[in-house]
Amino acid sequence: MNKTINPNELKPADDTGPLYAPRKKVYPQSVKGTFRRIKWGLMAFCLGVYYLLPFVRWNRGLGAPNQAVLIDLPNSRFYFFFIELWPQEVYYFTGLLIVAAVALFLMNSIGGRIWCGYLCPQTVWTDLFYAVERLIEGDRRERMKKDKSSDPMKLERISEIVLKHSIWLLIAWWTGGAWVLYFNDAPTLVKELLTFQAPMIAYIWIGILTATTYLLAGYMREQVCTYMCPWPRIQAALTDEWALNVTYRYDRGEKRTSVKKAAELRALGEHVGDCVDCYQCVAVCPTGIDIRNGPQMECIQCGLCIDACDNVMTKIGRPKRLIGYDNDINIQRRQEGKAPVYRIVRARTIVYSAIIAAVGGFMIYTLATRSLLDVNVLHDRNPVAVKLSDGSIRNAYTVRLLNKSGYDRVIAIDAHGPANATVHVIGVDSVTPDRPMIVIPRDSTSELRLLVTAPADNNPEKSIPVRFHVTDIGLGEVASATDNFVSP
Amino acid sequence: MTDHSDVDAVTGKSTTGHEWDGIKELNTPLPRWWVISFYLTIVWSIGYWVVYPAWPLIQGNTTGVFGYSSRADVAVELANLEKVRGDKMVALGAASLADIEKDPALLALARAKGKTVFGDNCAPCHGSGGAGAKGYPNLNDDEWLWGGTLDQIMQTIQYGVRSGHAKTHEGQMLAFGKDGVLKGDEIVTVANYVRSLAGLPTRNGFDAAKGEKIFAENCVACHGDGGKGNQELGAPDLTDKIWLYGSDEASLVETISQGRAGVMPAWEGRLDPATVKAMAVYVHSLGGGK
Ligand code: SF4
Ligand code: SF4
Repeated sequence: MNKTINPNELKPADDTGPLYAPRKKVYPQSVKGTFRRIKWGLMAFCLGVYYLLPFVRWNRGLGAPNQAVLIDLPNSRFYFFFIELWPQEVYYFTGLLIVAAVALFLMNSIGGRIWCGYLCPQTVWTDLFYAVERLIEGDRRERMKKDKSSDPMKLERISEIVLKHSIWLLIAWWTGGAWVLYFNDAPTLVKELLTFQAPMIAYIWIGILTATTYLLAGYMREQVCTYMCPWPRIQAALTDEWALNVTYRYDRGEKRTSVKKAAELRALGEHVGDCVDCYQCVAVCPTGIDIRNGPQMECIQCGLCIDACDNVMTKIGRPKRLIGYDNDINIQRRQEGKAPVYRIVRARTIVYSAIIAAVGGFMIYTLATRSLLDVNVLHDRNPVAVKLSDGSIRNAYTVRLLNKSGYDRVIAIDAHGPANATVHVIGVDSVTPDRPMIVIPRDSTSELRLLVTAPADNNPEKSIPVRFHVTDIGLGEVASATDNFVSP
Repeated sequence: MTDHSDVDAVTGKSTTGHEWDGIKELNTPLPRWWVISFYLTIVWSIGYWVVYPAWPLIQGNTTGVFGYSSRADVAVELANLEKVRGDKMVALGAASLADIEKDPALLALARAKGKTVFGDNCAPCHGSGGAGAKGYPNLNDDEWLWGGTLDQIMQTIQYGVRSGHAKTHEGQMLAFGKDGVLKGDEIVTVANYVRSLAGLPTRNGFDAAKGEKIFAENCVACHGDGGKGNQELGAPDLTDKIWLYGSDEASLVETISQGRAGVMPAWEGRLDPATVKAMAVYVHSLGGGK
């Protein structure tokens, strides 16, 4: 953009090497500033939630697990604070995924890849691993020097490396360990893990996640974002010109000169840029790019270059935000002498927000009105109807009753449809012959075979709706389902 | 090899030599780990061909050095499943039929087991839901030729009907016409008489008294006074609304002149006792059982 190249001076690059490009190791420098503080804060929050959530308790009454967030695979239950989901309700997860995806789109239309820069687990753990590395091996320059050193076998250096990898592995192991705690009662599992009593699968998962955390955050780092993650490519297709991306405001920055030269030229009344070519923005970048070359696929929008440059600007007495969250439209507008415009509210963001609100609202509504007693009915298909010897018509149904509450229920079943019809449940000799009563144990389902018989003189014409009411005798709670009563 | 000698003027990078509509493709090699992973997947796939069955041949396929087969896996899993279910099937075998129906867990097991076994063995004749067909009883209704209690159903399944088993149900509808016992008009008359027993309309000018007489002389022995049937002999109740071979005059005439002798195989020996029990409970719970 700013470099002008004379094609005649160009030499072909040396391509005699192997097919692949060796990785250029990135040595991000530490930096202080607003965005760094935000990142620390979010990191602490995310890690805190991840590591501690399994230990939060929630009282669900006797017999039910008291872990606030628990994925109980053997019993096919999912607990999230006051919410308890059954396999029949997996659509809540669909809703959650829709909300998450659209939230990602919304973030993207507002602030580009802010998810990547601040919240993505890859970023968070990589950042944490960098912090450890920095603490032990020193900042950018020191690390570069140590890596280049011709004599790397000094005891001090070895102990440093061992220490770093031990801490990394410890964090990685802790990360895998926290993961399995979501699938079992956390305090019990911790005890079992320590005494080697835990199920094999727990150790396997811890092993897998230890390995992936260690590899991805310790070695792969920015390469995950650049080569492995599909999101940068998807987001590039989703974004529009109004999204705020970390942008080098070249209208302000160019031409780059040294501090001294800039002062001299300014004194003469000439236009000079604010960028002093100090390469601080490059040094801090965790993906190792130069943001001054314009928006790039590698940039994860972490804002650290903003902090770095702001520090420089403060030092040389120029206004901050030579690099900032901005877009190309505003750079063009400023160059034309117009005031920049920011549009957070646009068709795109409104649509995304509306989708989130609609899906989220629907989920909250259904959750709030979700019943703890449920009934599903399936009509027999073969035969659909049976004629009995006295000429009456009988239809059979498979009825599934769901008791999602924490107590056993005594329920009664009624059928409303054909006049004077009687209801019978196979295997149930009820004291009230026309109104079978049964017990469904807490937190379970029962499948029953139910027969509805319409007397001969009341045979319905062909097919009429029949409504099944399931009443909790104690609490009066009612669930119902509708099917058809068919005549042969 | 592609020609990398061309250089892009703007970036100063070499190109791959490919060009589309004036746009040149820069030569941006992949990272090493990526390339290595790619080659590893190729190596892995070769290993896979060697170890596992991979290539279809004209007959069969390459078997791989371990002789792995998913069928063998399934067999092992099924054997394991049998082991897991073993206890429950033992419990099923031990419990009495009545007790099974009263215990929700055993009932659920018996119904599930019975349903699959029924689908495999009985559905060809009786239909997948036991709906039956002409000549094959509907097991959902309440007319039982040989009795509809749990024990009677169990017995019928075990020994069959006219199956050749020593304990099978015997008895048959005689061919009154074919054997020359009754003449044409007599058969029509008694057919109409039987329809009248079931409350069905009769032919104009049919002689009820004659019909009653023919019935009393020929049919009562099996079907009983008033045609109420006899489960000992598998003689159906002729007064109800359920007809195995049809209740219209033509069908009845056919039945009376040709006779009927449907066959049901004996399942004892083909299925183990616990399975037969499960099937009896399943059939009983279809809703027709007494
Ligand atoms: S260019 Fe700036 S915002 Fe982008 S990744 Fe590098 S430091 Fe972060
Ligand atoms: S940190 Fe700021 S002043 Fe320094 S090189 Fe980057 S943009 Fe220019």
